[in-house]
Amino acid sequence: MERKPSSRLVPLPSNAFVPERDVDKSPILEARHLGIDFGGLTAVDDFSLIIGRTEIAGLIGPNGAGKTTIFNLLTNVYRPTRGTIMLDGYNTYGKSTAQVNRMGIARTFQNIRLFSNMSVIDNVKVGLHNEMKENIFDAMTHCFGFRRAERMANERALELLDFFKMADLAGTPAGSLPYGAQRRLEIVRALATNPSILLLDEPAAGMNPSETSELMENIALIRDTFQIAILLIEHDMNLVMGICEGICVLNYGKVIAKGSPDEIKSNPQVIEAYLGRKDGK
Amino acid sequence: MTEFFQTLVSGLSLGSIYALIALGYTMVYGIAKMLNFAHGDIIMVGAYAVITTVMISEAIPGIVAVVISVIVCVVLGVTIEFFAYRPLRKAPSLTVLITAIGVSYLLQNLALLIFGSEQKSFKLDFFDMIKPIYIGKVYINGITFLTLVVTVIIMIALTLFINKTRLGKAMRAVSEDKEAAELMGINVNRTITLTFAIGSALAAVASIFYGGAYTYIRPTTGSMPGIKAFTAAVFGGIGSIPGAMLGGILLGVIEKFAENAISQWSNAIVFVVLVIVLVVKPTGLLGKKINEKV
Amino acid sequence: MKITENSRFFTRDRITLLIISVIFLLASLLLYTDNLSRQTTNMLIPISCYIVLAVSLNLVVGLLGELSLGHAGFMSVGLFSGCLVSIALEGVLPMAARLPLSMLIGGIFAAVVGLIVGLPALRLRGDYLAIVTLACGEIIKDIINNLKITGGALGLNTLPIYSKPVELLPFAIVLVFLTVIIAMNLKHSRHGRAITAIRDNRIAAEASGINVTYYKLLVFVIAAFFAGMAGVLYGHSYSNVKSVLFDYNMSIEILVIVVLGGMGSVRGSVIAAILLRALPEALRAVADIRMLLYSVLLIAIMLLNASPKFAELRGRLSVRNLIQFFKDRRKQRSSADGKEAN
Repeated sequence: MERKPSSRLVPLPSNAFVPERDVDKSPILEARHLGIDFGGLTAVDDFSLIIGRTEIAGLIGPNGAGKTTIFNLLTNVYRPTRGTIMLDGYNTYGKSTAQVNRMGIARTFQNIRLFSNMSVIDNVKVGLHNEMKENIFDAMTHCFGFRRAERMANERALELLDFFKMADLAGTPAGSLPYGAQRRLEIVRALATNPSILLLDEPAAGMNPSETSELMENIALIRDTFQIAILLIEHDMNLVMGICEGICVLNYGKVIAKGSPDEIKSNPQVIEAYLGRKDGK
Repeated sequence: MTEFFQTLVSGLSLGSIYALIALGYTMVYGIAKMLNFAHGDIIMVGAYAVITTVMISEAIPGIVAVVISVIVCVVLGVTIEFFAYRPLRKAPSLTVLITAIGVSYLLQNLALLIFGSEQKSFKLDFFDMIKPIYIGKVYINGITFLTLVVTVIIMIALTLFINKTRLGKAMRAVSEDKEAAELMGINVNRTITLTFAIGSALAAVASIFYGGAYTYIRPTTGSMPGIKAFTAAVFGGIGSIPGAMLGGILLGVIEKFAENAISQWSNAIVFVVLVIVLVVKPTGLLGKKINEKV
Repeated sequence: MKITENSRFFTRDRITLLIISVIFLLASLLLYTDNLSRQTTNMLIPISCYIVLAVSLNLVVGLLGELSLGHAGFMSVGLFSGCLVSIALEGVLPMAARLPLSMLIGGIFAAVVGLIVGLPALRLRGDYLAIVTLACGEIIKDIINNLKITGGALGLNTLPIYSKPVELLPFAIVLVFLTVIIAMNLKHSRHGRAITAIRDNRIAAEASGINVTYYKLLVFVIAAFFAGMAGVLYGHSYSNVKSVLFDYNMSIEILVIVVLGGMGSVRGSVIAAILLRALPEALRAVADIRMLLYSVLLIAIMLLNASPKFAELRGRLSVRNLIQFFKDRRKQRSSADGKEAN
């Protein structure tokens, strides 16, 4: 794959928010003036964001604000009408979703998308697909590199599952897992693709408070262990305010605020977007 | 020039038949989101129904045989829907398609068992009653004329039904969004049944004209026009009623001209059209683009 | 850890291979000791071909989850190209070299056509793809039917290369084993997982970095390759072949085998191919209504599989559960016996 850093000069977003430890390094992900129209409707407009190498960032906003659309833009499921996406200094324009994943973006889905007929470990091994050196002839004959590749994949998959305390579930079909475990498995599968940034779409949806606090620990643990950036969409404000270092608030497809949790909490525009205006207009 | 118009007329006539069948495909696809593979074989059943009726007694007028054929087809279509497709409403499309192929095969082989594999001649008394017409030097025989006139009438009636009546509105609502329609108090199952009934009735009418044009029928008669009519429906944009009409007529004309030029390739050309349309513009001429939710 | 699948000696795949070995061993024993009726002897090669066809179609239908209605078309491409090569080489090469070579060439021709037919598959899914494969099968049939080199509508005279089942059986056995082993190996590999992932959830597979385009094409090409090889073998067992035989009806027949054997199950395809080809020949009464029976089977299987009640019943009646049931009973009985003795 051709990997040439783009030299296009696009004015940087104004109030970029990156944690201090990432400041001297180049950002892992940079969206510049991203926008998409569906027919006549502008779903996202002028979306700019910079995410540091090891940042945990949050993307929040009321329902229908365009959060998942942004995930779909970042992973090239949709092609942006305007704007540029830079991943680790490389432009992702024109790449397929699979190529973007290989470049380093992994994601989970709002409505869980597991390979439900496959076992838990096989789901993870699908994530390890591009990490495995096993060509089609090895696969057909089960000779040469096959055994080595499969053994390494098995070990790696179990290691990852163990990290989330799911190793004992390796043989069960993914579809029969309880809801919370399915969400965790989706994260494991995404991590298996060896990403440099992980996009989590409502990871705490449908979880009870104790599961959510466990998830919070896990997210921080992922960042610390794998040294990757995480961007998450979430409605649970305790989670967002608790672990996110930078937060971007979206409303009607536009960014209305960016900043640290404290700044966001006291931002009048954000309060207005969530609660409506005080005078009831 | 005369030859051109002569081919055009026969193309329009064949196209009308395709359009009538394609309407059944497109309506069912639009509303039940399934490819009713057995639709083509309903034509065959319709044609055999006519023959059997006429065979029972010479005295039965052709028009009665037509009515009986329509009734047989409607009952058959609704029965198939009830027993084979309704239990699979929530099944993956692969399952539904394989079942539909099974139904198509069942109908063909039942006909084979009952009527034998040899072809049977198809004739109705009113075919000869309409005198041939000459426009300039272009010759239009009775059955061709009848096909064109009846098809136009049916298309106008169907368009009015879909757009003006309550049931038509219900059908459009179900095809837009099944769940929302149900919440609005529309009986989805009944609407789907109605769609199958209308589609089968149109297939019965088409079977009369198809039999009239080719004068012979056999158990496999339905499969070729069936597949071609599906091509027509896709060509026009599946789910779209004007699309099926347009696609059917265009495909009939294309086939007749192809047949004139290189006769042994006419079937292949229709299939090439299908492949090209599907690959270049899967939504067809008048179809809408459907975005997949992620 | 629950991944005992790999550590057990009798894995599902090995049992499948064992079953096929036993069947072919029996068949060859009977054939080479002259104990097989003429009728059964003549069935051996077509049945082997159908096994290969069904197993290869199962890769498309069962593994990838797309419906191909043009499998007979791929077979006929392989058949005509391979048999033409074989006819040209007749007398030049001994059969032991000529047949494998022509099978390989036939397979490659079919694979190329499979690649061309697979191209629309990149843009299409489900019903549309099924219809396109059907159309392609019919186009292939028409083309071969109108070509001079393949004998046109009269069919290709394959008398010069015609071989008796006695001579063909070893090649058939090798082809069946090759197909079955490769199909099973592919299924349990990185690539097989990727293909299954595409079937289960295409969007998630893409997001996991799997090149959907590549794998869809790959499956079509591999399936066509084996269908083509089977075609060449099939051609050698007849003295004349007409392209009209390899129409959509034949594709459906192969599909029935795949569905009956269970989508995705190699062993099922093998057993169903043998049963569905042998039964109508064995029972004359069944022969007349063979196709009718197929259609009823097809509908019944689909309806039953979709019904949750049946799924529950089948789960309870599975071999593993039955074995467990008898084990439990024996345990109960022995413990009861023990109590009595006390």
